[in-house]
Amino acid sequence: MSKLKDALESKKFAVTAEVAPPKGIDFSHQLHCAEALVGRVEACNVTDFQSASLKAASLGMCIKLQQMGMEPVFQITGRDRSRLAIQGDMLAASAFGIENILTLTGDHTYVGDNRDSKPVFDLDSVGILQAGEILMGGNDMGGNALSGDAPYYFMGSSATPEYEPLDLHLMKMRKKIDAGAKFFQTQGVYSAEPFIRFMDQAEKYGAYILAGIIPLKSAGAARYMNKNVPGINVPDDIIARMKEAENPVAEGIQIAAEMIRELKDKQLCHGVHIMAIGAEENVPLILDAAGL
Amino acid sequence: MIISQKKPREELLAMLSGVKKAVLVGCGECATVCMTGGDEQLEEMKAFLEENGISVLASLVSGTSCNKLLVKKELKEYKDAIAEADCIISMSCGDGVQTVASNVSIAVYPANNTMFLGEVERVGLFTEACRFCGDCVLANTGAICPITKCAKSLTSGPCGGAKGGHCEVNPDNRCAWIMIYEKLQSLGTLEKLDIMTEPKGFSDSAYPRTISLRGSKE
Ligand code: SF4
Ligand code: SF4
Repeated sequence: MSKLKDALESKKFAVTAEVAPPKGIDFSHQLHCAEALVGRVEACNVTDFQSASLKAASLGMCIKLQQMGMEPVFQITGRDRSRLAIQGDMLAASAFGIENILTLTGDHTYVGDNRDSKPVFDLDSVGILQAGEILMGGNDMGGNALSGDAPYYFMGSSATPEYEPLDLHLMKMRKKIDAGAKFFQTQGVYSAEPFIRFMDQAEKYGAYILAGIIPLKSAGAARYMNKNVPGINVPDDIIARMKEAENPVAEGIQIAAEMIRELKDKQLCHGVHIMAIGAEENVPLILDAAGL
Repeated sequence: MIISQKKPREELLAMLSGVKKAVLVGCGECATVCMTGGDEQLEEMKAFLEENGISVLASLVSGTSCNKLLVKKELKEYKDAIAEADCIISMSCGDGVQTVASNVSIAVYPANNTMFLGEVERVGLFTEACRFCGDCVLANTGAICPITKCAKSLTSGPCGGAKGGHCEVNPDNRCAWIMIYEKLQSLGTLEKLDIMTEPKGFSDSAYPRTISLRGSKE
């Protein structure tokens, strides 16, 4: 049974984290980081060729996590696999007891590190959710029956609270929910106001929302994200704090923890999703500082 | 309109190595508009080839170089030149090259790269508009093609990648779904965004495709 689902349904403030598989075959660092989170987070997302850059496959890392006692969230993008391969990976995941699936459209191959790769996009996030529902009904997308028991998935997707125009984004969110999304993990949140504006709309759809937390590493990194990463808006006062900090990494952890506490204390969402992006070893420090 | 571009001249010369005599065939339709296969380009090509030691025995701009029967008729008038030539250089889209080749028994080489089906925005400016998906969805998207104008061909709404209204893949392009949103808003039909569809099927675009209006395959 999905612990993530249990936590969300029992109204616990759920915490998920994220690990990216290595660009290679040595998983030890990632597994070590994940091990430190067992019992402290509900589940750990495994990214699927994040930023369209080649890494070991998400499913492989998910299986490793599952075997060491960390519940994985299997991220599946539509970028690299046709519906045949997506359904097949979902079935294989289920055979290993993996239930949590995060469906994403995926960054384009053109922005990644194997630019000549053919972008697939046979299914987008909505299509992957539809595929999951069909499999749960005991069939495949071609209308053929599966053998044996049907799989079970607890499926979610991403959301961008500061997407412009928000209406258009909410339309896609509603489609994802219609297609089977039960939870959303959002883009990084750095201030409560825009997030509240988003939640005012999104909350009524009834899906669980885990606010994205991306700890800052430096003022420069914050400015870079503001300029280049869609949906990220680090406010000036936070950038100033980062700039003045003697130890920016520690300050970034502190800022992340404060955001988590505010979200939790004001009950603005159902949990948080911490994306440390290359600094996974700091996640326990963020949890400590947030009192989680 | 099929948009084509001239191949680099070095590539063309490499392709033609060993060729001494050639016939040029352009196209009076798209390639003329794209300035890749009209009268002027054929003349330029002739001058270029002759500078490089290839004599041009004949040159014609076909009325429509993707019309097999028409091309067959047009080429008949040049049969002596073709009989003497080492090859034909087709200055049209990839379809024209194949149509010409299916009518002769000598080699036919492409002078152009065929890029896309697009719009002539103004003289010399072409933008891709349709990817021949075989199941047109424009009715629900304000006549803006999400298959073509969205870099990921998304049919159920935008990805999260737009920044300042522009696409993550090529920031010179506006995000197709934001354009669709604005268009539907101006048409007063924003509710179309909520239409839930099944994932787009690709069996309609399995190629090569043949369509016959004559009840049987020609
Ligand atoms: S949806 Fe787009 S690609 Fe498909 S037929 Fe219509 S215009 Fe062409
Ligand atoms: S940013 Fe817009 S146009 Fe570009 S891939 Fe995403 S949805 Fe498509």
